[in-house]
Amino acid sequence: MSLKQISVFLVNKPGTLKNMTGVLAANKVDMRAISLAETKEFGIARIIVDNVIEAVDILKEADFVTSVNSVLAVEVPDEPGGLNNLLEIFAAEDVNIEYMYSFIIGRENASAGMIFRVGDTSSAEPKLTARGLKVLSQEDIAEL
Amino acid sequence: MERYYQEEIECASYETIRAIQSEKLVKQVRHVWDNVPYYRKKMEEKGVTPDDIKSVDDLHKLPFLSKNDLRVAYPYGLLGKDLKDCVRIQSTSGTTGKRVVAFYTQHDIDLWEDCCARAITAAGGTNEDVCQVSYGYGLFTGGPGLNGGSHKVGCLTVPTSSGNTDRQIMFIMDLQATILCCTPSYAAYLGERMKELGLGPDDIPLKAGIFGAEAWSEEMRHDIEKTLGIKAYDIYGLTELSGPGVAFECSAQQGMHINEDHFIAEIIDPDTLEVLPEGSEGELVFTAVDKEAFPMIRYRTRDICTLTREKCSCGRTHVRMGKPKGRSDDMLIIRGVNVFPSQIETVLLNNGYAANYQIIVDRVNNTDTLDVQVEMTPEMFTDNVGEIADRQRVLVDGLKSMLGLKAKVSLVAPKSIARSEGKAVRVIDKRKI
Repeated sequence: MSLKQISVFLVNKPGTLKNMTGVLAANKVDMRAISLAETKEFGIARIIVDNVIEAVDILKEADFVTSVNSVLAVEVPDEPGGLNNLLEIFAAEDVNIEYMYSFIIGRENASAGMIFRVGDTSSAEPKLTARGLKVLSQEDIAEL
Repeated sequence: MERYYQEEIECASYETIRAIQSEKLVKQVRHVWDNVPYYRKKMEEKGVTPDDIKSVDDLHKLPFLSKNDLRVAYPYGLLGKDLKDCVRIQSTSGTTGKRVVAFYTQHDIDLWEDCCARAITAAGGTNEDVCQVSYGYGLFTGGPGLNGGSHKVGCLTVPTSSGNTDRQIMFIMDLQATILCCTPSYAAYLGERMKELGLGPDDIPLKAGIFGAEAWSEEMRHDIEKTLGIKAYDIYGLTELSGPGVAFECSAQQGMHINEDHFIAEIIDPDTLEVLPEGSEGELVFTAVDKEAFPMIRYRTRDICTLTREKCSCGRTHVRMGKPKGRSDDMLIIRGVNVFPSQIETVLLNNGYAANYQIIVDRVNNTDTLDVQVEMTPEMFTDNVGEIADRQRVLVDGLKSMLGLKAKVSLVAPKSIARSEGKAVRVIDKRKI
């Protein structure tokens, strides 16, 4: 039940990110998480939204280049060692993390969540759930 | 005192030159008719036979050759001699149909080297000079041509080839090189580097430079002359005709004398193909009347320039050509390398990208830069920065092997490349030449 992340190509110029959020805002797309990766020449915005298909269409319509791939969203207990315990399981299961970023789960009684981009999402997910981790699905995210 | 390598011919009267040209042309047309079926067919299609060519006045009756003919006839279709009589090939860069492969007999090499020797002598070279050839050696004609010319003049020849700037400077200083042959941009670069090392014009033993294979301005000449403390001479040529030395500058620096006993020059209107009167600006066309292995007749250079027969103070009588002002096709010359936008397009298409690109050529610190801007496509894009960098590198490598030139590849936003009337502007040349 992995989650879909949308990556958006952004040229390195003032206002580019705002153009993207502007398009999403105008179409009432609800962003759950966002992270930015940058190189010398361009950036990549990685976003998690409620409705992936719709958001991709909207971005394409506005001439943004996008790419969709699977990521894992996991709740992180808000306590010392919370993330460490989680990463111990990743390490024990030999799951390689390419990048990760955090987001907030829920509106009231919010808790912390982490988005993981791993080498092979489909094989990693059952290994992690077998260890008792709760991996959030697209539906879970949409309901937040 | 002006020196000449072959004074009798370099200073011959106009009538003598015309007579030599006519005699050689008649012979050359017969040679080509008998030995190059590709060109014979062109003549037949035009209804011309060797009997119609009695002097230079009949030159206009002959069909043209273009780069496209070289592509169609590649590799042996324009060969005028058996391969057993050929001793060398030289070639332009490029891996596809745009590549020119030219053949030489020993006679062809000799006449080419004579032309280069005339250029070196015109720049003041004698057997007392040390001539450093920093043009690339190998398939490129620059190194081998000037190397041969330098030998003929009797200079001590230092064949450093291109690159390794500090070693170049070491040889110039240690061996007291007096003549430098390279591209003007490399000369400027060497000058900058020597300045950094604290060497002023008075410390540098060089007295003359012979610079060609790319366009350069009078300002650039002035800068190079000042930095290196030399007189800088222009030289012109193309692989199709032999290489550098088709035309060269003399002490007057008022245009380049075309070696007319070997190459007959015409100026044509690139659209109507009509021959234009002397002094008109148009496309330069050459007929190589002496070359055996690769006998180009009415070869369209695509260079736009003018010719003048006004008397030159150096005493040479051969017609002079001005610096080429541009091209009648879309070829770019970048760091001395011929580049066609279509080659760049091929690399993009071969790698699965759409041909949405723009080429930005500039000159930074006297060196040409090539930036290929490619519109990002869904095929190229992923969420992974490293993967995109890898794909960018594949394009850089592809361009390097196609053009023989290092280019920068920049990824830009979709639909961001300017389109005028729906047609994308492919080339932006910011160089001020």
